[in-house]
Amino acid sequence: MNALLAYAIVFAQISLGIAMICAAYRILRGPRAQDRVLGLDTLYVNAMLMLLVFGIKSGSTLYFEMALVIALLGFVGTVALAKFLLRGEVIE
Amino acid sequence: MSSASEISALAAFFTAAFLLLGSALTLIGSLGLLRLHSFYERVHAPTLGTTLGVGCIAMSSIVYFSTLAGQVALREVLIVLFVTITTPITLMVLVRAALFRDQTEGQDASRANIESAPRPPE
Repeated sequence: MNALLAYAIVFAQISLGIAMICAAYRILRGPRAQDRVLGLDTLYVNAMLMLLVFGIKSGSTLYFEMALVIALLGFVGTVALAKFLLRGEVIE
Repeated sequence: MSSASEISALAAFFTAAFLLLGSALTLIGSLGLLRLHSFYERVHAPTLGTTLGVGCIAMSSIVYFSTLAGQVALREVLIVLFVTITTPITLMVLVRAALFRDQTEGQDASRANIESAPRPPE
């Protein structure tokens, strides 16, 4: 049964990696700026989940704190970028 | 995999099940972000990962570390609460910014952006 957990961890890491590639593609090729901000939002959530999975794999509780810091700073960054999109057009 | 051999079979089964469910839902949400056509449709897709994906993977982590430590460890509830509270705020500000940008470029640019997207067959 623990082999099942090992395979599940490998599957979760692979699928979260593919999800991060999708978000990175949307950042690089997004037609407009709001698509890139949305891709960045998705990318940090996926990275946070990847850190949680890595914490389960290594059995260490340190990764939880990294995931919490990523969640906090990602929220602040996305809201700041959205406010910049809103205000930059006003100045123009 | 140094410490995964220490937990029981039932806890390992639940950890693996929540892990598979959460990562599959997050992958589906990110594929929707990749494949949907207009911005207003793409906003919906990653919320699958930020609600059920975060919830399932945090549940898996709670089960694993509670079994490993022999006592209830509810730290991951913090992440679930924080992401659940902040995702609607983030997306509301972002969609408001996108709508403002579309409206300043043309009067009906936002409506044209929605209606020009190819529809799936009904």
